Amino acid sequence: MSNADVAAAPSTQQPAPEPEGPSRGDTFARVGLLLLRGRTLVVLVLLIILFGTISQDYLTSGNVIVMTKHVAINAILAIGVTFVILTGGIDLSVGSIAGLSSMIVGGLLYSGLTLPGGGVVYLSVVVVILIGLLVGCFVGSVNGILITKFRVPPFIATLGMLYVARGAAQLSSNGGTFPNLAGTPGHGNEGFHVIGVDKWLGIPVAVWIMVAVAAVAILVTTKTPFGRRVYAVGGNDRAAVLAGIRVSRITIAVYVISGACAALAGMLLTSELGAAYPDTATTYELNAIAAAVLGGTALSGGRGTIVGTVMGAFVIGFLADGLVLVGVSTFWQSVVKGAVIILAIVMEQAQQRLQSTLTARAG
Amino acid sequence: MSEPTGHAAPSSPAQSWARSSGGPSVDDEVVLRAIDVTKAYGGVQALKSVTFEAFRGRVNVVVGENGAGKSTLMKILSGAEQPSSGSIVLDGQPVAIDSPRDASGLGIGIIHQELSLFPNMSIAENLFAGRELRRGRRFVDHAAQRARTAEVLGRLGQDLDPDGMVGDLPIGKQQLVEIARVLLEDVRILIMDEPTSALSNHEVDVLFGVMQDLRRDDVTIIYISHKLDEFRRIGDYVTVLRDGSVVAHEHMSGTDTGWIVRQMVGRDPDSLFARTPGVIGDVLLDVSGITVQGPVRPLVEDVSLQVHAGEVVGIYGLMGAGRTELFEALMGNRPSTGEVTVRGKLVTGDGVRARQLAGLALVPEDRQRDGLVQTMSVGDNVLLSTIGKLTRRGLLPQGLERTVAGDKVRELSIKIPGLTAPVTSLSGGNQQKVVLARALLTEPVVLLLDEPTRGIDVGAKSQIAEIMSALAAEGYGVLFVSSELAEVMSLADRVLVMARGHVTAELAGAALTEEALVTASASDRVLAAVTAASDEPHQPTPEDSA
Repeated sequence: MSNADVAAAPSTQQPAPEPEGPSRGDTFARVGLLLLRGRTLVVLVLLIILFGTISQDYLTSGNVIVMTKHVAINAILAIGVTFVILTGGIDLSVGSIAGLSSMIVGGLLYSGLTLPGGGVVYLSVVVVILIGLLVGCFVGSVNGILITKFRVPPFIATLGMLYVARGAAQLSSNGGTFPNLAGTPGHGNEGFHVIGVDKWLGIPVAVWIMVAVAAVAILVTTKTPFGRRVYAVGGNDRAAVLAGIRVSRITIAVYVISGACAALAGMLLTSELGAAYPDTATTYELNAIAAAVLGGTALSGGRGTIVGTVMGAFVIGFLADGLVLVGVSTFWQSVVKGAVIILAIVMEQAQQRLQSTLTARAG
Repeated sequence: MSEPTGHAAPSSPAQSWARSSGGPSVDDEVVLRAIDVTKAYGGVQALKSVTFEAFRGRVNVVVGENGAGKSTLMKILSGAEQPSSGSIVLDGQPVAIDSPRDASGLGIGIIHQELSLFPNMSIAENLFAGRELRRGRRFVDHAAQRARTAEVLGRLGQDLDPDGMVGDLPIGKQQLVEIARVLLEDVRILIMDEPTSALSNHEVDVLFGVMQDLRRDDVTIIYISHKLDEFRRIGDYVTVLRDGSVVAHEHMSGTDTGWIVRQMVGRDPDSLFARTPGVIGDVLLDVSGITVQGPVRPLVEDVSLQVHAGEVVGIYGLMGAGRTELFEALMGNRPSTGEVTVRGKLVTGDGVRARQLAGLALVPEDRQRDGLVQTMSVGDNVLLSTIGKLTRRGLLPQGLERTVAGDKVRELSIKIPGLTAPVTSLSGGNQQKVVLARALLTEPVVLLLDEPTRGIDVGAKSQIAEIMSALAAEGYGVLFVSSELAEVMSLADRVLVMARGHVTAELAGAALTEEALVTASASDRVLAAVTAASDEPHQPTPEDSA
């Protein structure tokens, strides 16, 4: 399921010495289990070897950087969604939230903020980005409140929000595009391109942002009480309530995190394009959920890791770009992507069966 | 332990009736016989070489405490479970009952304690689910189904619309639908697993009438019940199970209530932890007038109680008496009215957290559903409530977690392969201790333990009992719920008995006897008195569902 599991597996198994040495079948089963647990990594390595052999261009540093940048946006969305899925929920609205924050940021940079008195104020890029993040947090908190206070099932609440936020994005410009977000020196709002276009130490800033988001998310999920409570709510919400965990707060918080990540992804996408249009990130929620699931996050909640999700995003991104590079038609790309997602779940089931067989044999 | 103690249980029950019973008909004929049936779940022996006989056209009552093996035996007789060893003889022929379908083919029907109905379907559809009457080969004959449904409901004295949704019926009527479903088949042997727990007095009368009819039609009834005065009214024979063994088998007329209770409880010195009461201190928990509203009647009504430091207080009652609901209300997980005072301070905040901070901690009844987070490790489960206190600059240092969880695990001598092992890999007793460890880490002053020994083996039971006693000696107040008489008797300094949401008795010292507990928990007379006292001027009517 995750790196941590792979690392922990040998240490928990070694203390129990085998009475007459492991049988051959057992050894095979153990190796198989190890491969299945690290399947996302295995698949990623296999993909790289496969496409690297077919195409000379695949593993050039330039291409890897481009592919990683593609991965970055989906990975950030998927990290946010992973928090939600860990609690047993789902967030279908992240693509639309990305689109909405893209349009609000685009509007603020392109035409400024019209004050009630009639004047127009141009805000600095930093402030604009903060506002974009706040939009994501706000929409996420609405999701969370609908789910906790009004008892709307997460699927329905966020499905509704998918339409509402997308509609709001279109309303913000009447369906039009904000074409030029470079800003003007006189308005003091230049520099939006930094996050989506620029590089630092030869690596795109967007990739650095992904690394930073992932690092914080890993820390939060593994090293904070909040993270532990997220897993507890997803594992057994009734027990969590009786343990004194304020499940509603945790639930609202994960949707806020998901909204913020979505807004960030939307702004990176907008910065990269240099323009904001209302259809930004349409259907990206599906890629994000796919990445989380590929990375071993259980839709039933309580199981999954950020590292797994990031690797899932890499598999999806490297697979898609590899297929393009070797000239597979877009229709076939879609088929392959879908097949890989289904295969991931089949492998997870196989892992669980193998694991319980081994546990039963050990006990 | 399989060796019966006290009143000698005969190896062959038939002999004992010839010897001891007042009025057994000599010509009563055994129709169903389970011989040396054993059932093991993993390492737990649910049934130990049980030989059970049911007599044709008689009401054969099976009694025993929770976990005595009644339900397991019934599951085996009805094909839901297979015995680990032993055989079943029906009408003198050995039979294999491999599935509920086999059982139904042999004329064995069962009414489960838990309803197995489809709430989204009509009564008629429920009655014929899986065996629809056909018109032609494909189409359901709704008219015929409706007619037969009305007929069988009439037999039960119920004037219900066959097209009415089962989900809309009160729970007592649903129970009757369940019974009607079995009556539709040609049952020769009808197993009823506590069918009256959800019925009103009137509905119980109707059910008993139906049972008399069935008896006259030579149908054999195997009837499981906790309610002594109820089954003494209807039963012909009684079989007592304890710890997976048959300890007694008598004609009903050869027994009295006290005898049955003694057989149920038995005396097994190994399994019982005898508590020596310690010094009683100040009042730690003072509850007054707690009421929890329910859909039909209050689940808990005007309950007041006190728990002192150093005291172990038991709450005894049957399932559905409102014990769990009371605990949930005290813990802030169920809306209620009334006052809760802990250590002299009125608890104002709602929610579990406020109650935790005030000094209450709950170990819930259903470990799997309400206690454990199965996806997490032992350590994470132990620390679940208090993880927020273990941070250094907002992060959790691994060493500290290990120390805190490890200390508690050692203190309660929980047997674990390691703190990172999945909590599901532990035995029931150790899982229970994990939940207890979590509760203790919140530094409570009063512990609420809901059925703390349910579903754990005898050794673990006495360990839990020892821990409870030790905690009281340390100055905690301990309030626990149990439906096991022996446990309540041996562990509690004082016992409150609950029935239908009320406290019906408070017993301590010499007044604390098994018979007094049973009487206060189930007697219709006491319940009627309670209902009268709470000035509800309403008679049980057919519409009275619970």
